[in-house]
Amino acid sequence: MIFPDKNVLVNEVDTLVRKYGNGRESLLPILQDIQRKFGFISDFAMQEVAHQLNIHPVEVYGVVTFYSFLSTEPKGKYVIRLCKTISCELAGKDAVANTLERELNLKFGETSMDRKFTLEYCHCIGMCDQGPAMLINESVYTKLTPSKVIEIIESLK
Amino acid sequence: MPIINDTLFFDEKAHGEALERALMMSPQEVVMEIRESGLRGRGGAGFPTGTKWMLALSAKADKKFVVCNADEGEPGTFKDRVLLSEYTKLVLEGMVIGGYAIQAQKGFIYLRGEYAYLLEHLNTFLERMRKENRLGDNILGTSFSFDIEIRLGSGAYVCGEETALIESLEGHRGEARNRPPFPVNTGYLGYPTIVNNVETFACAYIVMSKGAQWFAKYGTEKSKGMKLISVSGDCKKPGVYEVPFGITVKELLELVQADRTKAVQIGGASGICIPMSEINRNISFEDIPTGGSVIIFNEDRSMLKVLRNFMEFFVEESCGQCTPCRVGNKKLLEGVEMLEKGECSHRYLNELIELGKTMQIASKCGLGQSSPNPFISIVTNFKDEIMSNSIRGNNGR
Repeated sequence: MIFPDKNVLVNEVDTLVRKYGNGRESLLPILQDIQRKFGFISDFAMQEVAHQLNIHPVEVYGVVTFYSFLSTEPKGKYVIRLCKTISCELAGKDAVANTLERELNLKFGETSMDRKFTLEYCHCIGMCDQGPAMLINESVYTKLTPSKVIEIIESLK
Repeated sequence: MPIINDTLFFDEKAHGEALERALMMSPQEVVMEIRESGLRGRGGAGFPTGTKWMLALSAKADKKFVVCNADEGEPGTFKDRVLLSEYTKLVLEGMVIGGYAIQAQKGFIYLRGEYAYLLEHLNTFLERMRKENRLGDNILGTSFSFDIEIRLGSGAYVCGEETALIESLEGHRGEARNRPPFPVNTGYLGYPTIVNNVETFACAYIVMSKGAQWFAKYGTEKSKGMKLISVSGDCKKPGVYEVPFGITVKELLELVQADRTKAVQIGGASGICIPMSEINRNISFEDIPTGGSVIIFNEDRSMLKVLRNFMEFFVEESCGQCTPCRVGNKKLLEGVEMLEKGECSHRYLNELIELGKTMQIASKCGLGQSSPNPFISIVTNFKDEIMSNSIRGNNGR
């Protein structure tokens, strides 16, 4: 696993604090940008953010662990989130879930050794009329079938 | 009842010049117009929008805020996504009208993280509004200045609750606050704040463009106007429908071409599940209120499986702050597991229903207060099917 260099992180947090401000209300936008750039929020990153916003690191930890899109563990380059809400389930989510596990050789909740893919479930992503649906990072994929999933995974490999 | 002759949202020609009209009136007049229209909050709770705006207008503070709740997380709802992507003007200018009405300086769109792909489109639109002087300093040559900033959520359903949303905007865990005080007095950073659903702002735009009287022609006595309904599940034509309040479930099922229907879940995971014997009930604040989610189940579906899906959702999305919700949802999910194994006695099932009723009263926020709804309505309305799983054992508690 490659952890971002501490200096890089300090500079990044510095830039983000200048961009969003050092008030408490800037905490989420700062954490979201760190998550997007590094794929997770390390202990060091949380301490650095806390230091620069002048709050206790536990406050930052509390926020990071509350939100499911923020993580303290490294995530893959592609985070795949399959919707498991009832409409997508009715539309054939199980077959899509099996295909994803098989093709990625991952179970739900796991990240691949090369940190390329993370496979997760998520709740309703508002594509209920076009299910089964999933998000890959910030892009949405709808009306999934096993063969469509294979095509998408191959294009990312 | 005729279904759709006029449409409010889907007919672009009907949109008119709402912002121009609002800015020529006084803030009090705008609020009165909204009150007269009878517009009620479209997120599902149905609080009168005019009253909310009036309270915020009369609150004395040097700063006020407008928040557009675009944290559309209720399972089965996607109408706000359609409004934000295709009818952007109605929503954003509706926010400006709201800002003018309560004399706010700043607005936030709290956009759920799952909709991050809409960010570019929304920012482009905001930029265009600034260039056209419909946002920013001295809007359309008046003394009113207002700007809008987009904030992203990070995957927490509870942040759709208005006080949890404000906590999140302030950089905290999305844990609901006690109410009162309400956000109209003590909102974002302690300042008066109105939090309205995406569709409510779009409706406010239409009220200002067409007038309160015109808007109030539609719907029922206590539910004025049209409602966007997101339909999914077992039907031929899923999608977003604009229907007048008061439409019966039966009429809606015909509209979306559903057949062999067994049950209809109205209001998403936190809504209620009705059997076919009740399809003459109607969608309105008087009968079945909803934020707009309708999920249809046909005769092949297992209601226990549906219920398990909803209960797993609430166990994962409960913020854990108050005991009735944190523990209650777990006990209900365990109850579903016992039902699946045929180990839940009739007596214990009744105890669980009582537990659900306690959660409705004792939970701190809307999540916990509404999370027992599907449990209670499914086990009540489909008791024969649910208990037939129990035939094997019936040696539960």
